[in-house]
Amino acid sequence: MKSAISIPDFSKSPAIDQVGVEERVARFTARSIKKASKVQGLKMALNMIDLTTLEGKDTEGKVKQMCYKAMHLHDVLPGLPNVAAVCVYPTMVRTAKQALKDSDVKVASVSTAFPSGQSTRKVKLLDTTFAVENGADEIDMVISRGEFLKGNYNFVFDEIAAIKEACGKARLKVIFETGELSTLDNVRRASDIAMYAGADFIKTSTGKISPAATMPVSLVMLEAIRDYYYKTGIMVGMKPAGGISTAKLALHYLVMVKETLGNAWLNNHWFRFGASSLANDILMQLAKEATGVYQGSEYFSKD
Amino acid sequence: MSKKQPCLDFSSGWGYEPSPENADHIQLKKKYELFIDGKFVKPTKGKYFDTINPATEQKLAEIAEADETDVNKAVKAARNSYENVWSKMPAAERGKYIFRIARMIQERAREFAVIETLDGGKPIRESRDIDIPLAANYFFYYAGWADKLAYAFPNRNPKPLGVAGQIIPWNFPLLMAAWKIAPALATGNTVVLKPAETTSLTALKLAEIIADSGLPPGVVNIVTGGGKTGAAIVNHKDINKIAFTGSTDVGKLIQHSLANTNKKLTLELGGKAANIIFDDAPLDQAVEGIVNGIFFNQGHVCCAGSRLFIQENVAETVIQKLKDRMETLIVGDPMDKNTDIGAINSKQQLETIQKYISIGKKEGADFYQSSCNLPKKGYFCKPTLFLNTSQSHRVVQEEIFGPVLTIQTFRTVEEVIEKANNIPYGLSAGVWTDKGSRIFNMTSKLRAGVVWANTYNKFDPTSPFGGYKESGFGREGGLHGLQPYLSL
Repeated sequence: MKSAISIPDFSKSPAIDQVGVEERVARFTARSIKKASKVQGLKMALNMIDLTTLEGKDTEGKVKQMCYKAMHLHDVLPGLPNVAAVCVYPTMVRTAKQALKDSDVKVASVSTAFPSGQSTRKVKLLDTTFAVENGADEIDMVISRGEFLKGNYNFVFDEIAAIKEACGKARLKVIFETGELSTLDNVRRASDIAMYAGADFIKTSTGKISPAATMPVSLVMLEAIRDYYYKTGIMVGMKPAGGISTAKLALHYLVMVKETLGNAWLNNHWFRFGASSLANDILMQLAKEATGVYQGSEYFSKD
Repeated sequence: MSKKQPCLDFSSGWGYEPSPENADHIQLKKKYELFIDGKFVKPTKGKYFDTINPATEQKLAEIAEADETDVNKAVKAARNSYENVWSKMPAAERGKYIFRIARMIQERAREFAVIETLDGGKPIRESRDIDIPLAANYFFYYAGWADKLAYAFPNRNPKPLGVAGQIIPWNFPLLMAAWKIAPALATGNTVVLKPAETTSLTALKLAEIIADSGLPPGVVNIVTGGGKTGAAIVNHKDINKIAFTGSTDVGKLIQHSLANTNKKLTLELGGKAANIIFDDAPLDQAVEGIVNGIFFNQGHVCCAGSRLFIQENVAETVIQKLKDRMETLIVGDPMDKNTDIGAINSKQQLETIQKYISIGKKEGADFYQSSCNLPKKGYFCKPTLFLNTSQSHRVVQEEIFGPVLTIQTFRTVEEVIEKANNIPYGLSAGVWTDKGSRIFNMTSKLRAGVVWANTYNKFDPTSPFGGYKESGFGREGGLHGLQPYLSL
């Protein structure tokens, strides 16, 4: 039998020192990743991408094209992995699911009145159930930032727990929109709340607010995941999203994951990049490693 | 319970390929001479000693050994240029030369970083990002003071002392040369400097820059050698001021021999700093501070946070985090850009560290090292912890000067202040807490020259540095660093 996990007092989440976090991040970015480890890292990063389209103007046609890209990143370069998932609005889940057919690419759906989360519990649950019933493998929910900033941690906790229940078998990613949380102390507290409420992944941002994912914010979340793992034995995944558009930055993130959580997290079951333009920059770097020369952006498909 | 003990795996899977810094652009001479009166001259007795790369044990070059005659020549040159050139020059002109030296170090920063790493064993990341840029910054900072001394000491009449004899250690070779030379020149003194025996190369490269800068001959003289050369400087009759950074034992000898003389003295000696973690501290950042405190520069840092105090209710957590962090420290080739901990500076120092490790084991302290592999050649030491120690352990009382951390727990603020001060040294300390008022309480009660709050091992030219008790006296850096070179 599993032993019961006691819920901590979230107002007492550990203190975070921003200057210290930034210094640690600077050490990650100073790591020099070359040759074989670069190629291996880039392929790993490619395989961790949630290829994303979250626009008001999304249509079935657009989503189908993106799904094709997800399965055929750059066929002239053999030996490439697929991305981990596509990330779409609930109304596009069915289209994406059909387009991806039997591939190993998962379908993630945003939910809970994404991106603001300003709606009732009832609507949010409906939103989630709709996405799950249409075949979503993963649900990316947003927390109620207003309630969080009011100090209403129980509300946030209960909401996450309720959505988790509605997810059924789908894995739940909890988006904090860290750009609205303002301090790293808040990021840490939101991480603790989400994990104890049952999140399978914690995720930085919607991509609709600037700043989106940053390395300091992600480090605080990774450290929260580590502490939770030591306390409960339960692994939780991490997804920085928004603002990660270069291969170099993606490698910095992988270094950070490796040195904070270790190798068990270095796969797309436990780590994802929420990004749309990152894939092509990685492909450009991989093509350069293979051929020795950089190719122009028009040599890589844009879907 | 059947639950598996959670544990993180930092060793398998994706890793970093070697990424060595290129050394092809470095040209080292076979032999390096003494720098006296603006020229490179052979030592009188024609004696040379080898300087080796501690990471490979290979010889890099031969260095001239200065004897009393050579030191005498250097002091004469310094006296001559002091009387006839340097003290008569307008202060703003003096400043221009110092600015020029600073810029030339910046221009050749890469070359200096590589040589510092080859000769001393410190990781290229540190020599590139810390040692060399900081050395240039000290010259820039003191250049600015040269023509503003009257404002630094209002209503006084600041005058230079004359010839300064300066003896520096091997842990930050170029940086310590900058700490010594820059304020001496800014205040109008001339200099005879002796670098440490194992790390003379960057000081001699600095001599090349000084020669190229057009600084009048004799203003800076650099004589190389061991303890005897140092003694010749200390005992020279025509020197007005001695500045020494190094071991407490040698510092005591120097102070002894300067008794009954008019020479002014500043000493920056050993340390055994307390790094104190309270239970409300940002623990992950504190762990980073512990690592920077003791494993920076292989622990060859006089202000290293070598005595860790953790409040008892968070000790287990902090130690777990520290052990995890230590697994990610890369120990090995100092030239590799990913190396965190390089080579121990010399065979002799490695033996000292190993001696203390065996003392600690014999004393019954709990011994822990990270699981990294060490290179077969060269002088290396794994990052080491002694857990469950007390103030009565010798490894807690004595300076080890290596990557060896002793850990004690404490219960109350009063207890940790008493223990932190319960040591003959008083150079530095660290305090980690989220509570601002506690920081100020601690800084007023800790008997240490530098107290870092929620950070560690941070240096800046504007900030004074120096010790209490057996850690020495006098301050270097900042406005305070001008004073030891002036009569007011």
